Amino acid sequence: MTDLTYREAMRGAIRTAMQEDERVFLMGEDVGHYGGCYAVTKGLLEEFGPQRIRDTPLSESAFTGAGIGAAMNGVRPIVEIMTCNFSLLALDQIMNNAATMRHMSGGQVTVPIVIRMATGGGRQLAAQHSHSLEGWYAHIPGLRVLAPATVEDAGGMLGPALADPDPVLIFENALLYNETGPAGDPGSVDIDHAAIRREGSDISLITYGGSLGKTLAAAGQLAGDGIDAEVLDLRVLRPLDDDAILATLAKTRRCVIVDEGWRSGSLSAEIMARIVEQGFWTLDAPLARVCSEEVPIPYAAHLEEAALPSAEKIVTAARTVLGR
Amino acid sequence: MSGNPAKVRLSREHCRTLLHQMLRIRRFEEKCAELYTQEKIRGFLHLYIGEEAVAVGVMQALAPEDAVVATYREHGHALMKGVPADTIMAEMFGKQEGCSGGRGGSMHLFDTEHRFYGGNAIVAGGLPIAAGLALADTLADRSRITTCFFGEGAVAEGEFHEALNLAALWQLPVLFVCENNLYAMGTALDLSESQTDISAKAACYDIASEAVDGMDVVAVEVAARRAVAAIHETGRPRFLECRTYRFRAHSMYDPQLYRAKEEVEAWKERGPIRRFKTWAFEAGELRESDVAEIEAEIAREIDQAVAFAQDGTWEPVADLTRHVGAERRP
Repeated sequence: MTDLTYREAMRGAIRTAMQEDERVFLMGEDVGHYGGCYAVTKGLLEEFGPQRIRDTPLSESAFTGAGIGAAMNGVRPIVEIMTCNFSLLALDQIMNNAATMRHMSGGQVTVPIVIRMATGGGRQLAAQHSHSLEGWYAHIPGLRVLAPATVEDAGGMLGPALADPDPVLIFENALLYNETGPAGDPGSVDIDHAAIRREGSDISLITYGGSLGKTLAAAGQLAGDGIDAEVLDLRVLRPLDDDAILATLAKTRRCVIVDEGWRSGSLSAEIMARIVEQGFWTLDAPLARVCSEEVPIPYAAHLEEAALPSAEKIVTAARTVLGR
Repeated sequence: MSGNPAKVRLSREHCRTLLHQMLRIRRFEEKCAELYTQEKIRGFLHLYIGEEAVAVGVMQALAPEDAVVATYREHGHALMKGVPADTIMAEMFGKQEGCSGGRGGSMHLFDTEHRFYGGNAIVAGGLPIAAGLALADTLADRSRITTCFFGEGAVAEGEFHEALNLAALWQLPVLFVCENNLYAMGTALDLSESQTDISAKAACYDIASEAVDGMDVVAVEVAARRAVAAIHETGRPRFLECRTYRFRAHSMYDPQLYRAKEEVEAWKERGPIRRFKTWAFEAGELRESDVAEIEAEIAREIDQAVAFAQDGTWEPVADLTRHVGAERRP
């Protein structure tokens, strides 16, 4: 099977969607002539022309809102926001319009838009380009929030996201763009379920997006010590796949959650709450989690590294839960 | 009347229509205020009373297939776009027969059948949406336009500037209508803007703009027809500033400490209904008997709307989480 980069898989998915459905178009900052801030859209302007690959002004609110309005009127926009920190400039449109339009209109107005954005730290880009805000968006009813962590998901999630009648946000951890992996079968990818990425029986490590690689590395280290960890990739951050979370917990009875968001009010907190509500009696040990430290992401490499989840932190947390 | 009535067919029938529609909005909202005191309508209620000439004048220029995006002060726009008074009133009662199923209320009237896209209660939040509706029409090669109403308070928001730039840059068929009633809630225009000439701001984005007396329904209609024709001809957006005045409080909770009673009274002297009626009488186009007939028609329509709302039903609480996402997904 062919290996691709995550970036190539995403680009291929955009190309396929645009070839298959003439209603699909893409807009965002530097997606055309520049080729995309992360080069995801490189070459697409030449292939599809400026009507369908639209460079926008630095007006996150206007072009996201325009995408929402266009989606309300029969086309299928893909809006690219350069990083999730910039998405805060469009938060009014995402939260007050995209997420609410169906509801406020009593079901009449639908917003089938896909909004893609880069997320995550680890590139010494400091405190305005490095945050993981997907957990915030996962708070909002009316949105579906995806976090493709593998090349196969990068290539496969866009199609079903565009077919969804409601707004879908895709968070692409920027460290993943150069990762290579098997293209897989994009046609078999869903946007409803979590996926087991490593089978195990001693402890469940629950994670998503850019933390999946670190978590699998941690599971590898634990295996060297005879600890058999199961790794669950959430894939869909809203709505959460409660069944998959409870199923892995029923198997291992112990759990560490790995979330690049800050701890307070985080997605990891929500998962812990659900486990306590629905799976308390299956637990053999207190829950644990590895999150980003509660600090804006610093520039200096050693400080940034200390702020983010790491395989070592995950191993330590797992050992603590297991008492060995 | 000012403006250029030569371009508007001021037939007796048309005069009757303009007066009827302005009075219809006025009486409908007076009834809303009354129902608010009776606690039939709750939440925020923003009345358009005094500004009727804007919605009535602009809408004369629009076709049924044209889309409208409005603000939280949108009862008049919804009525003019064809949303039935019955379903608007039922919406304000919170009944499931309402035009938004009771989920929206006064600030969020929607009716896709009449291409009425809200009812947006975030100031300037509707401008990017309007640009997007127009973008989709452009991409699909449809020759319809989108009209976006907003108050002068929206001019201070970034979304105003972003959306105007985008619409001009991408040549989107949008008619931007600024309803300048001089106060953003209680903040006067000259306390919030360094440049108070709003149409000049549109010109900065290379959008042809015009300011018009928003208390003069004929002047508004003439300007709107000119703008809509230009949009169809050029495919580019247009901007219309309608200088108007809100006679009532911002919402039902506003003690109006920010403006003098004399100022309000002076504007009422120039009220759009009073002024048009006086002109139409003097011109011999309308008579007292016409007004009596119109009032009777409106009273019947409003009575029916209130009865419809009163007879409406409450959506079962079991349905609470409906309309958050599609009930069926592929």
